[in-house]
Amino acid sequence: MSEKTYQEINARIKSGKAVVVTAEEFIDIVREKGLTRASQEVDVVTTGTFAPMCSSGAFLNFGHPAPRIKMYRVWLNNVPAYTGIAAVDAYIGATELPEDDPLNSNHPGEFRYGGGHVIEDLVAGRPVRLKAIGYGTDCYPRREIETTITIHDINEAILFNPRNAYQNYNCAVNLSNRTIYTYMGILKPNLGNAHYSTSGQLSPLLKDPHFKTIGIGTRIFLGGGIGYVAWHGTQHFPAIQTDPDSGRELGPAGGTLAVIGDLKQMSPRWLMGTSYLGYGATLSVGIGVPIPILNEEIARYAAASDAELYAPIVDYGEAYPNRKPGNLGYVSYAQLKSGKIVVQGKEVPTAPLSSYPRAREIAGILKKWIQNGEFYLAEPVQLLPSPADGLTGKVLKG
Amino acid sequence: MSPRKIVLRFGPEISDKPIIYRLVKDYDLVMNILKANVNPQKEGIMVLELSGDNYEQGLNYLREQGVTVQALTHEVVRNEQRCTMCGACTAICPTGALHLRRPEMEVVFDGDSCVVCQLCVKACPVRAMEVKL
Repeated sequence: MSEKTYQEINARIKSGKAVVVTAEEFIDIVREKGLTRASQEVDVVTTGTFAPMCSSGAFLNFGHPAPRIKMYRVWLNNVPAYTGIAAVDAYIGATELPEDDPLNSNHPGEFRYGGGHVIEDLVAGRPVRLKAIGYGTDCYPRREIETTITIHDINEAILFNPRNAYQNYNCAVNLSNRTIYTYMGILKPNLGNAHYSTSGQLSPLLKDPHFKTIGIGTRIFLGGGIGYVAWHGTQHFPAIQTDPDSGRELGPAGGTLAVIGDLKQMSPRWLMGTSYLGYGATLSVGIGVPIPILNEEIARYAAASDAELYAPIVDYGEAYPNRKPGNLGYVSYAQLKSGKIVVQGKEVPTAPLSSYPRAREIAGILKKWIQNGEFYLAEPVQLLPSPADGLTGKVLKG
Repeated sequence: MSPRKIVLRFGPEISDKPIIYRLVKDYDLVMNILKANVNPQKEGIMVLELSGDNYEQGLNYLREQGVTVQALTHEVVRNEQRCTMCGACTAICPTGALHLRRPEMEVVFDGDSCVVCQLCVKACPVRAMEVKL
């Protein structure tokens, strides 16, 4: 089996000779030319996903005013940021809400503005109202500041998202007899609809199920700019799903990424404040990961199509909120994208929460960057834990 | 004349009467019912497209029966800059005005099929659907 190295691929990118295709294109190339030829001819496969990713946020350093302040509480456009770190450092989390938000007191709450919207305003260069209080120390005497900042005025703005790019996700349905408002959208009663949220055959981690290429230091498309994989994401429990009856493999699930990048070079097109009725505020994040086709095995995984990738169907009316194990079966992304699936004998209309057109756009942008020699592949310092490592989730007792 | 979209509201005392039947039978109007609902208080609401030579006479008949008749003046529009084409609205929209074009998976908004129920306005995660008066 022929092997390529990162160095060889980067040399080809430098000389403008690298063959770079999107995951969609690669599926067609493998069908046409066969796996062996496709894996020899193609250097890089680009992927993409654009969807709400709650575990996101940004570290900000505002710079010191005169006199100096040790910020004890911070608000950005009325949304609290965490400042239990150094004096003028703060972390604004995507799901944080204003203290006067009515939340779900008039259910379902609207959650029109939260931390994700602050991040969108910052990255768009819009003015953001900063309020901070301190308790006064000998070195940091100031007790209060209210001012307006933009992302250009502050020292650093670093997007650091502890869990993004979920490898796969539940297809959410509602078996109960009332409408429910979830992070998977509005789910109508009695199997009224089914929502899913990955870009399937374009989704980064579905194309590298055993983490043969993605690791710490992998350079990626993040929020319209360049970012890096910092670590595995929280709740990174990668596994290969299998059909409980036949034992047939149904594609991967469970992997996640922690990602980092300079917010100042990102774009509001790829970081959008997002609101889920009755659930909360969050941030939609655009991520694209390049997969180097180092060998035929990696090529085979990267060529997985919507028909070979599956999502578990989960009831959000009763089972999910009560952490009841099991599911209502598996459904392929090809079925999900067709517009209807069958659950418990009933035909159910489907809808995505993850934008497939935007995922395709990201894969296309990343492809162009690499073709133009503006983006080189970074060999990971260390690969992420794979299904073979057997990581599993813990239950919080209480 | 081209069909006009109107909203009819029926009080509980008339919501069980065959009023629409008379509109067709006696006034020869062409209709396309876009939305119809009777709530637990037996109040009815109907959104329909209506046309025909006896249009005004038909509306007068409705008013005589105690039906409130209003033109459908609100309009839902899509902020194209904001819409990410995710699709979260498409299984919520009751008329299919918002639907996915396959295989591209692009969200299409067909304003002619919209009955301004406004479910999408709240369901849209990035608030791309707006009501215009």
